[in-house]
Amino acid sequence: MTITTTDEGSSPLPFGLLREHGDGPASKRIVVAYGFWIFILSDMVMFSALFAAYAVLSGNSAGGPTAPELFNLHNVFIETMCLLLSSYTCGLGVLSAERRQLMPFFVFTAFTFLLGSAFLIIEAREFAGMIEKGAGPARSAFLSSFFTLVGTHGAHVTAGLIALVYLVVQVIVKGLQAAVLRRLLCWSLFWHALDIVWVGVFTLVYLMGASH
Amino acid sequence: MLGRLSWAAIPFNEPLPLITAAAIAVVIAAVLFTVTVKGWWPYLWREWLTSVDHKRIGVMYVVLGLVMLLRGFSDAIMMRTQQAIAIGGAPGYLPPDHYDQIFSAHGTIMIFFVAMPLVIGLMNFAVPLQLGVRDVAFPVLNSVSLWLTATGALLINVSLVIGNFARTGWMGYPPLSELAFSPDVGVDYYLWSLQISGLGTLLTGINFVTTILKMRAPGMTYFRMPVFCWTALAANLLIVAAFPVLTATFVMLLLDRYLGMHFFTNDGGGNQMMYVNLFWAWGHPEVYILILPAFGVFSEVVATFSGKGLFSYRSMVWATLGICILSFMVWLHHFFTMGAGANVNAFFGIMSSIIAVPTGVKVFNWLFTMFRGRIVFRTPMLFAVGFIVTFVIGGLTGVLLAVPPADFVLHNSTFLVAHFHNVIIGGVVFGALAGINYWFPKAFGFTLNERLGHASFWCWLIGFYLAFMPLYALGLMGMTRRLEHIPEPSWQPLLLVAEAGAIVIFCGILCQIAQLYVSIRTRQQHRDLTGDPWNGRTLEWSTASPPPAYNYAVLPRVETVDAFWQMKRAGRRAAEHAHEAIEMPRNSPAGFITAFFAVVMGFSLIWQIWWLAILGFLAAATMVLIAGWSTEREYAISAAEVAQMEGGRLEQRA
Repeated sequence: MTITTTDEGSSPLPFGLLREHGDGPASKRIVVAYGFWIFILSDMVMFSALFAAYAVLSGNSAGGPTAPELFNLHNVFIETMCLLLSSYTCGLGVLSAERRQLMPFFVFTAFTFLLGSAFLIIEAREFAGMIEKGAGPARSAFLSSFFTLVGTHGAHVTAGLIALVYLVVQVIVKGLQAAVLRRLLCWSLFWHALDIVWVGVFTLVYLMGASH
Repeated sequence: MLGRLSWAAIPFNEPLPLITAAAIAVVIAAVLFTVTVKGWWPYLWREWLTSVDHKRIGVMYVVLGLVMLLRGFSDAIMMRTQQAIAIGGAPGYLPPDHYDQIFSAHGTIMIFFVAMPLVIGLMNFAVPLQLGVRDVAFPVLNSVSLWLTATGALLINVSLVIGNFARTGWMGYPPLSELAFSPDVGVDYYLWSLQISGLGTLLTGINFVTTILKMRAPGMTYFRMPVFCWTALAANLLIVAAFPVLTATFVMLLLDRYLGMHFFTNDGGGNQMMYVNLFWAWGHPEVYILILPAFGVFSEVVATFSGKGLFSYRSMVWATLGICILSFMVWLHHFFTMGAGANVNAFFGIMSSIIAVPTGVKVFNWLFTMFRGRIVFRTPMLFAVGFIVTFVIGGLTGVLLAVPPADFVLHNSTFLVAHFHNVIIGGVVFGALAGINYWFPKAFGFTLNERLGHASFWCWLIGFYLAFMPLYALGLMGMTRRLEHIPEPSWQPLLLVAEAGAIVIFCGILCQIAQLYVSIRTRQQHRDLTGDPWNGRTLEWSTASPPPAYNYAVLPRVETVDAFWQMKRAGRRAAEHAHEAIEMPRNSPAGFITAFFAVVMGFSLIWQIWWLAILGFLAAATMVLIAGWSTEREYAISAAEVAQMEGGRLEQRA
């Protein structure tokens, strides 16, 4: 595509917002990544609704157990570290993939998978322990919103791990061709986004909950 | 084995749904039989069901919307008839349980399965053409969106025969929609069909935001985009920002109903007011998801049929973006009476009134576009003029309702019902009908019959006023909405007028069916060989009617807004270059198959047939994984083929 100049009068948006570009459709890599960003944005909106529900209902324990009685910050800290580290190894993995270094890619990805799984196991044990204590999601509105918010994040992590295995199989079968690289890039965006959501969960649910 | 499903689910004792179902079954069987006998299946499968072409997908969306319009309209005329006769001592012909299902289904269907498919269908058809590109950003995803929407529509229609539909109204407010008060499958039909189709809508939003922001013809800067593309951008941004809220809200209600949670229940600390807030945090932007593209259609239609550029293009764009932002700041006006307090109500009342400002800017822009233009009253233009008058009345009653003290008197009355039908019929439906008449020749290569088009317009316009102006009066007289039985005999005359209005609208629908039939029969006389039947201004009119699969052999170079108009003025012919090979996306059955399993999954979840629900989900997920595996999604159309197709078109023109 050749680049055409835009007429001078037409930069009506302030602060260079939405930079005007007149050089035709963007490349596939940009289109795919951009679309995936929009998807992540929509996912964030969904989480924000769940956060809002938790904020409204977190005090409504209906005579049942409350947050300080249930949360164990020690476990949550380990959980958080697992997830944050998995994001780091995920970043290293994608960098290796971009440099076409297969072995480091597999090693970092394996670490990512293990750390993600560890996070899920800790979360599942926390959930199981709470349900055993009679603090299941049907006990009170507080627990309904807690399990739904944290559980939805957990479901995302689970989906992410399944997608990771699927993509590694694609890398093994198809090699690091452009389409597979694009998918890996999107996957890493997704994984980092889950970290951001978790930071919200960690702060708003666990830290603020345990201190009440 | 079959969960809650048993023979008791089929309403053998109610003749009305059974007869309807039998009639629908006969029609469907006849269609399937014809298709089989004529051997059309391979063609349908290859060219339509698996198509990822945005034009075909757009046409299918519009067909879905029109078919569902018939369903939603039959609900409407049944309600009008019940209200016209069930007065004083007379019981009418609909039992309360059935009547409640009808008004719930009417609202749900008209918003989600008529207005949305019509608007999304027009965007699908027109936006890539107007942007001067060959398809949307994610063509296969687009097909998935279509079929998931169709899944939701199918599930809602199944509820007519198997089980029942919600009796909660189209908003499904708890606690009525909770398990304690709606223990059967009605609310589950509502929730699952909207969850599945909502996912499709969200994917459409992502697809179109990406398409509009990242895929435009060379030289098409933001401020050279046609206004319809701007309004489509705003609507899709709203979809991306609002639909996930609806999904999350319905997830919470589903968890309450299926796993005994307490988000919105009366006990356990639930909070029903949170549902109302979350629902309208989606619901108000939804109103603008529908109306903004309609504004876009009118902007194109008014400019084209006035033979002038749109008056103050810039202010039209800014008004669109202003409405896009403001639409998120007014949701509380849907429940002023819930008790948020005077200050909160005052804020939302003022914000709601402020939306009238950018809307007013738009109305003046359309009027000034027509001023001293050479107006040609083709059917789309009639709808545009009818819209301006009607929508202003609807807007005024809206501003009235935005005043909290007035709302305390008028809320939940037929005044409100009249208001939102005024803006939705006068705005969205007129917009969709204008758009269909406007782009039909582009899609099929021949224009629609004008006489029947005019007749349908006048029926819709007069029918609308007859049907809804009485409701304004009745609302002021104190009639509340959703009455199955009218206690006050003095309301009957006005209710009879409203019934007459519904019948006139029905005539309008009949005219449209006749218009389609006659136009197809006489299509040879109405061929559009130029590709530009209206002397259009935007790029879609620069290619053939119907456009080739690849839309443009050479992507047009855009130098101004109203690019095609400027090309015509400058005598510049598009595409005289040597042709190059073009890569186009391959057809894919992924959307259709995924949606098939989504139907299985949705139906089993509604009836709690767990094993089948799990199987359906796994099958749909496997389909997604299979679709995600391929890396060869394009096929090439060789330069020779392109040259041949383009050459044929030029010969036709000459």
